[in-house]
Amino acid sequence: MTGDLVDIRDKIARREITARAVVQSTLDRIAAADRTLHSFHEVFAETALASADRIDADIAAGRRSGELAGVPIAVKDNIATRTGRTTCSSRMLETYRSPFDATAVERLERAGAIIIGKTNMDEFAMGSSCETCAWGAVRNPWDTNRIPGGSSGGSAAAVAANLCAAALGSDTGGSIRQPAALCGVVGFKPSYGRISRHGLVAFGSSLDQIGPITHSVRDAALLYRVMAGDDPLDSTCAPEVVDDPLPFLEQMPKGLRIGIPAQYRKGNSPAVDAALARASDSFRAIGAQLVDVELPLTDVGISTYYVIAPAEASSNLARFDGIRYGHRASGNFADVNALFSASRAEGFGAEVQRRIMLGTYVLSAGYYDAYYRRALQVRRLIKNEFDAAFTQCDVILGPTAPTAAFPIGGVTDPLSMYLCDVYTVNTNIAGICGISLPAGFDDSTGTRLPIGIQLQAPAFADSRLLQIAHAFERTHGGREHPQ
Amino acid sequence: MPNPAESLTVNDVRHVARLARLAMVEDRLPAMRDSLVAILGHIAQLQAVDTKDLEPMAQPLPMRNRLRADEPCATLSMMEVLANAPKTEGAFIAVPKVLGGDSA
Repeated sequence: MTGDLVDIRDKIARREITARAVVQSTLDRIAAADRTLHSFHEVFAETALASADRIDADIAAGRRSGELAGVPIAVKDNIATRTGRTTCSSRMLETYRSPFDATAVERLERAGAIIIGKTNMDEFAMGSSCETCAWGAVRNPWDTNRIPGGSSGGSAAAVAANLCAAALGSDTGGSIRQPAALCGVVGFKPSYGRISRHGLVAFGSSLDQIGPITHSVRDAALLYRVMAGDDPLDSTCAPEVVDDPLPFLEQMPKGLRIGIPAQYRKGNSPAVDAALARASDSFRAIGAQLVDVELPLTDVGISTYYVIAPAEASSNLARFDGIRYGHRASGNFADVNALFSASRAEGFGAEVQRRIMLGTYVLSAGYYDAYYRRALQVRRLIKNEFDAAFTQCDVILGPTAPTAAFPIGGVTDPLSMYLCDVYTVNTNIAGICGISLPAGFDDSTGTRLPIGIQLQAPAFADSRLLQIAHAFERTHGGREHPQ
Repeated sequence: MPNPAESLTVNDVRHVARLARLAMVEDRLPAMRDSLVAILGHIAQLQAVDTKDLEPMAQPLPMRNRLRADEPCATLSMMEVLANAPKTEGAFIAVPKVLGGDSA
C-alpha cells in the first residue's frame, strides 16, 4: 500500500486494509531499499506494529481513531521523539534519548499517526545535500549517485521512495523545500510561528519552522491542520487562530495574481527555466494573471542569512558542553573550558564548527554592528520588499533551487553550497510561508531528475497558499515516482 | 569590492575558536581562516546596502514577550534528567576534576 497519505488513511478507515498491513509493507520496503538510500537512521518496527494493532482494534470496535489513523510517518532526527534516539545526525547526540515528544509529534500521534522512524539529515540541519550527516550521506532515489538535497534529505528521499506515507522536516533556510524539489515531492514551510518549535532542536530560533514533506498538497494541508496552532510550550508560537485549509482546498482560487520576480530568473539551469515557463503556463491555464514584481534584494539574502543563522546557531549550540547530555571528551583537563572545548571539537563535524565560528565572529566585540546589526537591518528591508510585492500579487512564483540534484561530492566549496539556497532563505528571513511543488524533470544528464517550483505567500496566508498550490498541482500534473 | 575580512589572521581565528569553546589543532587554523575569509568576503555585500534609520529586525513576528500563569505543573523526574548525562554518581552528574585557571 503506497501513495497519498489521505488514500491510505481512507482505506484503513473503510477496513479495506489493516494498519498492521500498511506498517508491515512499509517496514518491508524500508528493509529492501534503505540499505542503498540511507534515508533512515532508526526504524521503529516494534512500536509501529504495536500502534498499528491498537488502531486496528479501535477501528474494528468502532471507536474513534483520529484523522491520521494508521498512516506511517517518518520524523527528521532533529525533532524529539520519546521512542528511539534524537541525534541530529551528529556524534554530539549519538546516544541522546529525548524524555519528551515534540509538540508536532504529539499532535500527529494523537490524530492516530504512526511514527515509523527517524530520518537522516545534514548535521544539526546545517547543509543542503545531506553529505554532512555523521552517519553517512543520504542518496537520491531518482539517482543514487546524487544528493537528495538537505537538510531534510532523509525525509524527502523516504517520501519519494514510498518508505513512509509522509515525513516531517524542519526548514531554517530551505531545508524542507529544497530536498522536496530535488526528490520530486511536496515540501511545505509554514509561516514562522505556525507550528510549535517545542522539541525541535534549535538551530536559528527566529528562522526555524517544522513542516510536512508529502506526496500531495492535500496531504500537506492535512498534516498542517493537525500540527498548527498555539502551544504553551513555545512562546514564539503564533496565537492567531489557524485557518483550516481543507474546506477551501477544492475551490478554484478566483482573481489569482501570480508575481514573477525578474531576480528569480538568473543563473538557473536551462531545465529549471523551462520548468518555470511551463509552470507559468499552468497558472495561465487556470485563469491567473501573471504580474512582474521586483525583489532586488534576492541576491543579498544569502549574505543576510549567513550572518543571522550562524549567529543564532553559535548561541543555541553553546548548550552542548559535554556536561549534562551529549558527547563528553574523555581524559583529564586543565580547566572546565578545556573540557568543553575538547568535547565540542570531538562532537561537532566540520560544517557545524565552521558555522559556530562564523556566528561567534559576527557577534564578537568590534564586529557586531558591522555584521549582525546590519544583517538585521537588511532583514527588515527584505521583509518590506516582500510586503510591497504582495500588494501586487497573491503568491510569488520561482524555482525552488537553481538546478536539479548534483552528484554526491560534486560541490565541495562551502560558499558554493550556501548559494544553492538563494531562492529559499528569504522566505525564512521574512517569516513568510513557502511551498515546493514537483514541476518537471531535468533529463539532460541521462537520468530523470526532479525539478521543483516554489510558491511564496504572506505570513499567515498558509491556507490560501495551499489552495493555490492544490490548484496548480491538479492542472500541472506530471507526478511520477522513481523507478 | 575589497574584502574587509582579508586581514583576518590565524591568530584571530584562534581567538574566535577560544570564544566558541572549540579546541582547534594548529594545523586546522589556516584552512578555517581561508574558508571564513571566503564567506565573509561574500557577506561584505551587506555593507553596500543603505540601512540608514532602519530598525533591526530580530525576529519576524510583531510579538511581545508572552508570559504564562505561574502555576505548578509536571516536570521531568530526576531519573529522566540524569538518563542522558555522560556520567553520573548517585543523584549527581559527575565531571572530571576541572579546578584550575580559567582560560577564558
